[in-house]
Amino acid sequence: MELILLFFIFTLAGFLGFELIAKVPSQLHTPLMSGSNAVSGITIVGAIIAAGADDGSWVTTVLGTAAVTLAMINVIGGYFVTDRMLGMFKKKDGPAKKESSS
Amino acid sequence: MNAEILINSAYILASILFIIGLKMLGRQGTARRGNLLSGVGMLIAIVVTLLDQQVIEYQWIIVGLVAGTVIGLACARSVAMTAMPEMVALLNGFGGLASLIVGAAEFLRIRGGTVVPEDPVFTATVTYLTILIGGITFTGSIYALCKLAEWLSGRAITFGGQHIVNGLMLIATLVAGVVYVVAGDPQTVLLAFAVFTVLSLVLGWTLVMPIGGGDMPVVISMLNSLSGIAACAAGFIIRNNVLVVAGCLVGTSGLILTAIMCKAMNRSLAHVLFSGFGSAPPAATAGGEGVIQGELKPISAEDTFAVLEAARQVVIIPGYGMAVSQAQHIVRELAEMLERNGAEVRFAIHPVAGRMPGHMNVLLAEASVPYEQLVEMDAVNPVMPTMDVAIVIGANDVVNPAATSDKSSPIYGMPIINAHEARTVICLKRGKGTGFSGLENQLFLLPNTRMLYGDAKASLQGVVAEFKSLGV
Repeated sequence: MELILLFFIFTLAGFLGFELIAKVPSQLHTPLMSGSNAVSGITIVGAIIAAGADDGSWVTTVLGTAAVTLAMINVIGGYFVTDRMLGMFKKKDGPAKKESSS
Repeated sequence: MNAEILINSAYILASILFIIGLKMLGRQGTARRGNLLSGVGMLIAIVVTLLDQQVIEYQWIIVGLVAGTVIGLACARSVAMTAMPEMVALLNGFGGLASLIVGAAEFLRIRGGTVVPEDPVFTATVTYLTILIGGITFTGSIYALCKLAEWLSGRAITFGGQHIVNGLMLIATLVAGVVYVVAGDPQTVLLAFAVFTVLSLVLGWTLVMPIGGGDMPVVISMLNSLSGIAACAAGFIIRNNVLVVAGCLVGTSGLILTAIMCKAMNRSLAHVLFSGFGSAPPAATAGGEGVIQGELKPISAEDTFAVLEAARQVVIIPGYGMAVSQAQHIVRELAEMLERNGAEVRFAIHPVAGRMPGHMNVLLAEASVPYEQLVEMDAVNPVMPTMDVAIVIGANDVVNPAATSDKSSPIYGMPIINAHEARTVICLKRGKGTGFSGLENQLFLLPNTRMLYGDAKASLQGVVAEFKSLGV
């Protein structure tokens, strides 16, 4: 039953993804990509469980730690670079600040 | 039980934030807040996962989180805007590798007996998919990164029997996957696991090999989609709903972006991935129907200034060459001077200009070009005949009129920016010879086209200096 539920939300999320992105101006394609790239770092949840579970085996701990590190780079790098990029998009005669916040 | 309810409620909240965040990321005014919301969702997901009953040791998690944060922040802060495609490719690769490792760790835990899956066949199948997709995403992204950074040749690399070799490897991974799922003997399972892990890593490399640099926008968005699908598959292994939802959202949104890129080139995804487009200069098509004959006519910075000084309607068409020579700031300076001189300046952006979707927009934004000045291809083409001057800066295929007139051209049918319809076209180019796709550009041979050779930044500095010396 649990499995069926997972497939159920999988299907819904798939359709939702299509609907959300269908009409995005090409202007925002890069931030959208790096922003959604950061979301794919959600695999960190699995990595944390692998790194933190005590299996009496150092191999899974090492693998888990490596996965946490990589996923965290993906998450932090993705969100911050997206924010930096979006901070540069501005209207004419808008505030002339540049990369002031992050 | 209470902890489980708390964790799942937090995962629902995180999923909602991802969805709203992605939605807001698609609109100019709300994009930055959307990214922030999505980041808050991620923070919530990470924090509550630490409360998971399976998690008992924290020191290594903290090591990983701190190391990842430091490295991620350093990358995000230091990366040049011109290197954004490389950055996205690298992050994609890391995401894919992380999913692969999660799959491998789960495999080892099940093998070690600490985790007993409810449904071994299903778990084995999704483990296989996680490793396969994660592996392809990782090495594919790393190879794309090497091509983008020009550490390896950006040209498509093809060899005889390439598709057969790739096909055989794909079949081998499938066979290994089936063996892995159905075999009972631990030795066989381990062997099959090792075989498809290695093969998926090799496949990522060989699949990106025959794709040329000009097709990188498609590859990058497809790898982005795959990194989401890998996370989603990992979610099925550990039965985690937030992984499934977030991974699937990224997977489908990446797929849409891929489709948009393919449409902008009027080619199918299969053609982009497997045709080896841009591997070698195609045979000369001189004399064929619709082929323009002519010669390249160079122009000096002084003459360029004279042409621009008289222009009232100017359109600037940037391409990858602008990114290579980091010319975005001087381009903005030139645009400002032209405007002070009374001209109206537009920037026409082709959807696949550059090396990733929206590449040019990011660079021009960095140089503080207001986004109202940027126009999309469909908006600029109807007014192109009224343009006095079109300045093409390091763009090539996206302005090649052969795409509309020469049926024998490999890019025939691709929508282009009709720069050739402007009264005068000035093309900035590093030197003679064909561009990234290996095609001779018919635009350069037209009677109303002038070539301004040299590094784009240096050339433009020359033109701007002319303006300054006359006090414009």
